[in-house]
Amino acid sequence: MPVEQIVRIGGTVLPLRGDNIDTDRIIPARYLKAVSFDGLEQHLFADDRAQAAPGVHPVDDPRYAGASILLVNANFGCGSSREHAPQAIRRRGFRAVIGGSFSEIFFGNSVALGMPCVSAAREDVDRMMRAVEDDPSLALDLDLTVMSVTGAGLVVAVTLPPGAREAFLSGAWDATGLLLDRFEDVERVAGRLPYVSGW
Amino acid sequence: MPSTLLEKVWNAHTVRKLPNGQTQLFVGLHLVHEVTSPQAFDMLAARGWRVRFPDRTVATVDHIVPTRDQRRPFFDAMAEEMLVALERNCRAHGIRLFDLSSGRQGIVHVIGPELGLTQPGMTIACGDSHTSTHGAFGAVAFGIGTSQVRDVLASQCLALDPLKVRKIDVGGSLQPGVYAKDLILEIIRRLGVNGGAGYAYEYTGEAIARMTMDERMTICNMSIEGGARVGYVNPDDTTFAYLRERPSAPPEADFDRAVEWWRGMRSDPDAAYDDEVTLDGASVRPTVTWGINPGQSIYVDERLPRPDEVPPQGRAALEEALAFMGWRAGEPIQGTKIDVAFLGSCTNGRLSDLREAARIVRGRQVATHVRALVVPGSQAIRIAAEREGLDRVFSEAGFEWRGAGCSMCLAMNPDRLEGREVCASSSNRNFKGRQGSPSGRTLLMSPAMVAAAAVAGEVVDVRGIATNAR
Repeated sequence: MPVEQIVRIGGTVLPLRGDNIDTDRIIPARYLKAVSFDGLEQHLFADDRAQAAPGVHPVDDPRYAGASILLVNANFGCGSSREHAPQAIRRRGFRAVIGGSFSEIFFGNSVALGMPCVSAAREDVDRMMRAVEDDPSLALDLDLTVMSVTGAGLVVAVTLPPGAREAFLSGAWDATGLLLDRFEDVERVAGRLPYVSGW
Repeated sequence: MPSTLLEKVWNAHTVRKLPNGQTQLFVGLHLVHEVTSPQAFDMLAARGWRVRFPDRTVATVDHIVPTRDQRRPFFDAMAEEMLVALERNCRAHGIRLFDLSSGRQGIVHVIGPELGLTQPGMTIACGDSHTSTHGAFGAVAFGIGTSQVRDVLASQCLALDPLKVRKIDVGGSLQPGVYAKDLILEIIRRLGVNGGAGYAYEYTGEAIARMTMDERMTICNMSIEGGARVGYVNPDDTTFAYLRERPSAPPEADFDRAVEWWRGMRSDPDAAYDDEVTLDGASVRPTVTWGINPGQSIYVDERLPRPDEVPPQGRAALEEALAFMGWRAGEPIQGTKIDVAFLGSCTNGRLSDLREAARIVRGRQVATHVRALVVPGSQAIRIAAEREGLDRVFSEAGFEWRGAGCSMCLAMNPDRLEGREVCASSSNRNFKGRQGSPSGRTLLMSPAMVAAAAVAGEVVDVRGIATNAR
């Protein structure tokens, strides 16, 4: 597997307000009827966008076109475990998500795609939201070595569980190779479990 | 040192500490379905890997199956393609598939326990967030995404961060007309939809000890709705009695040895917890969600919250939910007109759920403006229910009696809401658009409450309805 270290991600930002935005909203279930992830990016937030006036949903707002960082509030990605949600975000060109907090499954799925989801304090998320809403051309810079977001005079501390951070910095965020590394250890553990090896 | 079930299961399945500090955990049972697996099998093929433990991997088809006309090929070509892909992948890798012709097909979280595949002390993973259901047996069960499905297929392992444990002690016993569904909705309302982040929920106490396995599954199923990826109940005699003689449970000759090992996987009485919460089961009343997440619920005899009753940071969410539902703050939930009644799902699609609903429905008629459907959680449940004549009770009352599947819980199949319909639903999520119409509205409640609403045509308090015994 190619190793891609993920250290810094910079770019303009798409702000998306709201706590508890679930994965059914990020990608409605009807778009999961497929055997590949191709084209999911077109349907990102499909129902929310269709219900908003044209050009009003941030995803359709031309001022945020080309953004590479998604900025969200608390408990983003809750609900269904569908990886289609972070896939749709990643395939639309976002390379990182900054938010108040993330659901665990969404977070883990994003790690597997090499897309860091970093958390910031509520008031810091609010400051960043206001800053990019006031000036959509503003670029932010996420740096995983010092765990901060900087730009437009803001310096915000962000957090990431140590295992995930290490995985991004070392390039080992695609776990499969690592899990296959010492397969004899896996067989040893399986062998000592009575429900696997026999009662 | 005294420890929790989570710690014991975690330690027994730890392969090693990974260089990044995460734990490599062996997965004892991998459950697979048609929606989150095809891309994982493709990734496996692209890298030239094989399924390392095909006999620890079991598949079924649930999300996309039509529940009315199940003849192949399916009318929906993409649904057919997804099932064909699953069949092909299972054949290629030697994975057992419980398909529509097996007589054992059903919602993955219903058939795992039903077949005795789900057992205490196991680690279980499945590409579905409601995998937490299996914790009812004292297993540690994780919902995962497709890349992690690939990891488990290739290595039978997951890379995970450690979890904290919150003990949720429910004393007393539930009042008549109050069900496991009401209790878990109460827990989510109190602790929040994000309250379980970073935690496994251990459900314990008198009320839980008294519960059947079906009820414990309802509780553990919705742990994820409270933000807890894992929820579990310590295994006890109720658990062991349920498992005995199930097709994939340990055979009789081994059963006592298995029980001995299972007993050892319980939390020790003096185990230390990261957090503890207590609740009085007797204080819970029939509960209905009124909003757009499962934490937005009230007792059936309460009124919708007003913005001035909630903390300032919760007001925007309250107003968004009220606007979406089209309701006014302070209104009662009782009397809310419904258009659809849905009985089913991995939360409440088991035989005991159908029996409770049938007790309400027997001898009554579904309101003329309501379309009502019953979707058994598995083919085995459907057959057992028919043997008891429940299909006739429902059909005579005006419910449609369907084949097994996920159905209208998530509407990846022909069963869905239309337009602004309001659905009384025994499922688990009331998210915007969840039941297939972007503007459809879902009210989560117990199966008995769904049955009562179907008959009344509006939300009613099931405690006020006489049940009609056979």
